[in-house]
Amino acid sequence: MSTTATSPVEGKPQPEKNHKPAVSAKPVTWKLPVTLMVLATIAFIFFGLLGPQGTAKFGISSGGDFFQLPAIQVPAFLSGIVLSLILLVLAGYALVLKARANRRPPRWLPAVFTVVFVVAFLIWVVGGARTPSISLAGLIAGSVTLAVPIVFGSLSGVLCERAGVVNIAIEGQLLGGAFTAALVASVTHNPYLGLVAAAVAGALVSMVLALFAIKYVVNQIIVGVVLNVLVSGLTGFLFSTVMQSDPEKYNSPGELPIIDIPVLSSIPVIGPILFKQSVVGYLMYVAVIVIWVALFKTKWGLRVRAVGEHPQAADTLGIKVNATRFWNVTLGGAVAGIGGSFFTLVAIDSFTKEISGGRGFIALAAMILGRWNPIGAFFAALLFGFADNLQSIVTIIGTPVPSQFMAMLPYVVTVFAVAGLVGRSRPPAADGIPYIKG
Amino acid sequence: MSENTEPRPAAAPDPDRLPASQTTDVEPEPLEDDADFVTVLDTAGGAHQPSAVPVSTQSGSLPGAPEEESLLRKIFTGNGIVTILAVLLALILGGLLIAMTDKVVGTTAGYLFARPSDFLTAVWSAATESYVALFQGAVFNPRGNGVAGQFAPLMETLTIATPLITAGLGVALAFRAGLFNIGAQGQIIMAGILASWVGFALHLPLGLHLLLVLVAGVIGGAVWGGIVGVLKARTGAHEVIVTIMFNYIALYFLRYLLDTDLFQRPGETTPISPILDPNAVYPLLFGSQYRLHVGFLLAIAATFFVSWLLNRSTLGFEFRAVGANPKAALTAGINVSRATILVMTIAGGLAGLAGVAQVAGTEKVLTDGVAASYGFDAITVALLGRSSPWGTFAAGLLFGAFRAGAVQMQIQTGTPIDIVLVVQSLIVLFIAAPPLVRAIFGLNPRKKKAATAGKTKQAATTGGAA
Repeated sequence: MSTTATSPVEGKPQPEKNHKPAVSAKPVTWKLPVTLMVLATIAFIFFGLLGPQGTAKFGISSGGDFFQLPAIQVPAFLSGIVLSLILLVLAGYALVLKARANRRPPRWLPAVFTVVFVVAFLIWVVGGARTPSISLAGLIAGSVTLAVPIVFGSLSGVLCERAGVVNIAIEGQLLGGAFTAALVASVTHNPYLGLVAAAVAGALVSMVLALFAIKYVVNQIIVGVVLNVLVSGLTGFLFSTVMQSDPEKYNSPGELPIIDIPVLSSIPVIGPILFKQSVVGYLMYVAVIVIWVALFKTKWGLRVRAVGEHPQAADTLGIKVNATRFWNVTLGGAVAGIGGSFFTLVAIDSFTKEISGGRGFIALAAMILGRWNPIGAFFAALLFGFADNLQSIVTIIGTPVPSQFMAMLPYVVTVFAVAGLVGRSRPPAADGIPYIKG
Repeated sequence: MSENTEPRPAAAPDPDRLPASQTTDVEPEPLEDDADFVTVLDTAGGAHQPSAVPVSTQSGSLPGAPEEESLLRKIFTGNGIVTILAVLLALILGGLLIAMTDKVVGTTAGYLFARPSDFLTAVWSAATESYVALFQGAVFNPRGNGVAGQFAPLMETLTIATPLITAGLGVALAFRAGLFNIGAQGQIIMAGILASWVGFALHLPLGLHLLLVLVAGVIGGAVWGGIVGVLKARTGAHEVIVTIMFNYIALYFLRYLLDTDLFQRPGETTPISPILDPNAVYPLLFGSQYRLHVGFLLAIAATFFVSWLLNRSTLGFEFRAVGANPKAALTAGINVSRATILVMTIAGGLAGLAGVAQVAGTEKVLTDGVAASYGFDAITVALLGRSSPWGTFAAGLLFGAFRAGAVQMQIQTGTPIDIVLVVQSLIVLFIAAPPLVRAIFGLNPRKKKAATAGKTKQAATTGGAA
């Protein structure tokens, strides 16, 4: 998934340059500024010039909040024009930087561009709807909820790939976690035990990946793909034979309670997101922060990243490369397993076949879009959760945009990202390459 | 998952390259042309990994290695035995899984120590009954109505194997060029969309219509695969991620189309297209009592084509060279970029053939389940077939038999179809790790390898961490 490919795929045999510093090996390309300009132009035409004439209404407060904010009324046409002009200015700035100074746009620019684009898009969608009014608080809260398993999955990916093992099996880990959570919680009548069991199940799936990838040096992508099929088959089989035989006994896990922190949860918009979650939801925030700190601020994290970037050097310094990889992959599986429990313990209180529905692959995409960084992955996952949620809302309020295109959006964005058209994401250098001590 | 497929030998640092710089360069790897090389690579694939796809999955024939191996020789090399043992092991594990969840087994386990024979009999019968039903549903049903009825399962197997074989060929071909084509699913869908539209929207004379359906489908798949090739060649976007994303994009696009007047059958509320014209569907091979259609003959033809392409044509040689070692290929004057685009286009076209087989052969309509899980099964088919054309053909038949038999098995014994997924994935896992299979069956690999492998023996056995 490297976007940094240079010589051979370019097809032009170039003489090897020996003393090229690593930075200049990546010339500043026109790709990003041009892509931004194209997007800004599209925004100007569709959101601006062809924008709806109505007023988009965004509700902010929900009933239980301790102070009520009035709904925001936005004239769709005017704001479309203004926002798309901002986009044009941003893209123009990137173009000027490239043309004048041959510099890459500052890091905040793509982020700001994305936010403005999403807002303009939202106003355009809502303004053109049959009922041009949605609850912003509900939209955001729903996005976070839908993003929970994606966040956990992408954290699993980050943990594995930072140590140099490609994890395509996120889908299997989520599914395994979801199934085990449902089964154990049903049998023990304790959803918290289900949560623990989900982590164990995810770790077990991951251990198979680690075993085959590290001990038997089987190609990691193959193992990942096959593991997804294996877990899908196993859970499907056991669902049909065990769970279906007595759903009361084996497939009624009960729900993890929503823990409502008094006062704080009544803050408009952010209250429900941060302070009105299930245990899994709170764990998500904890996991993002802990994993970020652990990876980037501790000795352990430095070692893990060393193993993922340059295993030989790490080995020379006495770090056990393959042991590090094994335990990191296992830990990643446990994290994804917890994410899987969200499906059966929070979202729906029973297991069905393929309940993870491809979210493992979206998590993979979120990880790439988040540039192998826990916090980046978190926000990318939120974006995907947002697209997912918007898709269902759009169907309800009835807009001209087909909901299927909304569902397609995360995947399109990811393709753009890996193709290097939107920012650039570089995987850890030794990602996917087995390490064999010589 | 990186472009950087460069093998990193522990010694021999490369002074030409800064360690931190990301390149797609791959060390030139001396290709040895004795057959032992193949087995060595198989067990120590990581040590010599020359491409994104380890040679162990690329079948035994490397460029430079003897191309035509006799069937007997293939069987008696380590790979052949491992393949058989892997299938056996997967079937045994699947049988145990069936037995574990069987009711009779559960009852007899209650008095296991009083009468262990009951328990063992129950385990045996639970597993064998399911497998017998599987066989009867896949190959030959002795209770069938006359000879025609008795062989009906076999015909069903061939019908289901048709898309598996062609899509599997697409995946296998890409594997040989060092590319992971996870996108057969999306390619089948795009092919299905185009082929079915030509099939029901146009009304053309017999022959011409079917031809156009075929061409449209193949183009649909080829374009969808080709885009991936272009992205990979021009921007370096990793094909695994792109193909996974393209699968979803294709699926949602299909769902969108089935929601529009263009594709939805008039008067229907469910997402289903009109039935294809009679002129646009594949003729049936053995009369109307079987579903087997001409698509199967095309699958055989496609296998011949891929076999010819890989082993006899310049282009195929280029593909294999790129797959074995892109840098060496580049040095040898092969246009790697062109090869990448072409191989993905052809792979997509082959998967497109599977899409045509679905809409013009088996289903005769377009639904959002047109690709079922054929695109994903194709990956396991290609892996089991070790990416050789006829190996993929055989693997496609085997998995087709599993699929067809599983339906009967579920009806007769209540064993869920999902067991097939378990057995399939176990087979591929075991085949990918020959040392594991050898260890389980007590074959000592070290002595064998010591004779041929030399240094790599150490590498293969010290890779473990846990």
